Amino acid sequence: MFFQNALDFLPILLKGAAVTLQVTAGSFVLSSLIGLVLALMMVSKVRAIALFAISVVNVIRGLPIIVQLFYIYFVLPEFGIQLTAMQAGIIGLGIAYSAYQAENFRAGIQAIQQGQIEAAESLGMRGAMVMRRVVLPQAFRIALPPYGNTLVMMLKDSSLVSTITVAEMTRAGQLIASSTFENMTVYTLVALLYLAMSLPLSFALRRLEARFSTRRTS
Amino acid sequence: MIEIKGIHKRYGNVPVLEGIDLQVKSGEVVCLIGPSGSGKSTLLRCINGLESYDQGDVLISNERVDRNARSIHDIRSRVAMVFQRFNLFPHRTALENVMEGPIYVKKENPQAARRNAEALMEKVGLSRRMNAYPDELSGGQQQRVAIARALAMNPQAILFDEPTSALDPELVGEVLAVMRNLANEGMTMIVVTHEMAFARDVADKVCFLHSGKIVESGPAGEVLSTPTHPRTQDFLRRLLNHSAEVQA
Repeated sequence: MFFQNALDFLPILLKGAAVTLQVTAGSFVLSSLIGLVLALMMVSKVRAIALFAISVVNVIRGLPIIVQLFYIYFVLPEFGIQLTAMQAGIIGLGIAYSAYQAENFRAGIQAIQQGQIEAAESLGMRGAMVMRRVVLPQAFRIALPPYGNTLVMMLKDSSLVSTITVAEMTRAGQLIASSTFENMTVYTLVALLYLAMSLPLSFALRRLEARFSTRRTS
Repeated sequence: MIEIKGIHKRYGNVPVLEGIDLQVKSGEVVCLIGPSGSGKSTLLRCINGLESYDQGDVLISNERVDRNARSIHDIRSRVAMVFQRFNLFPHRTALENVMEGPIYVKKENPQAARRNAEALMEKVGLSRRMNAYPDELSGGQQQRVAIARALAMNPQAILFDEPTSALDPELVGEVLAVMRNLANEGMTMIVVTHEMAFARDVADKVCFLHSGKIVESGPAGEVLSTPTHPRTQDFLRRLLNHSAEVQA
């Protein structure tokens, strides 16, 4: 019985899983880009820029992700910005997580010893090049564990976009469950499929960390 | 070539440099000695603008060093620095460390930069460790890579900030040997050091700093053998006692 149902539900759930991966990948890239920009602003020597970025991060962090998603999907159309559910989901999740990414990167950047910056400067490097050639490559290695952790969290939190009608895996499960009442079968499958994605991801990240950890920083 | 005229610097209310004058000619080796807190490292760091100064002038080939001016990057590419803690880039191999400045700052052809870097690694006795990462090298080896990285910029002068102070005693010699060779080849060097034997043998001039002032300076033999200022005498006596203790 379980297996028969499972075989029936699986194709639908796998389609949902594909959407889950798309949402995760899209919002991960977006959050990384916004997060990196915010992190660079936060370590800026210009106080106004740093304060602005810190405020943005605090505001984003202070809002529930669902509220941000609702705002982008339901409120922005009133200002003439019409997004598909998928676009709204990726942008919403991307912005919501950019605050955490910014904190990951900022911590990495600030962990770099002053001596590294001085060595780069005394070769005659300018600020932007010091950042690009010396600080960021090392900061990325330091930030890798929390960065990977954030990716795993985003994979799971992509289920939040089900609330704005994106047909990702959790939403697909809900739809099947409400029409078949096979709650146990459906949600067990959903849970197993999330694990099938998140466990290999965690394992891969662990290996990546191990590769970089030997020569991390001075 | 390097001219320091009456520079003053203070951290808040604490004066660090109180009117330093120093001239270094091309090809000269000048050693700065003195107790910790005397301002010798700060003075060195003012020369390539890693530190600012409040009054006076630092001139390199008649160009004023100002850490907030656009010219500072260009000046730094001509005055190299070797640090107490090496400060090699840990994410790059020894050879890549040496090539970094020539390729990215001086925009040299990467092939030519590599050949030159290989020659410099050979010169500091590390041709077999070119592809090692810094954390795979001993302190002495790392410092020799740092010297090669400085030389790769083909600098007019090299500033050494206590280059052997972070090394295990048995590794000091290999670094000093490289520095002796550079001095013999006519490299202009300013060296903050506690290695008195090195200063005596290699330096053209020794300056003794105390409380932000050069209280005594002159030919190495004179300052180290027959110091006239009581602070210098006191400092050298302590240092001598210490090394006697270490040997005993």
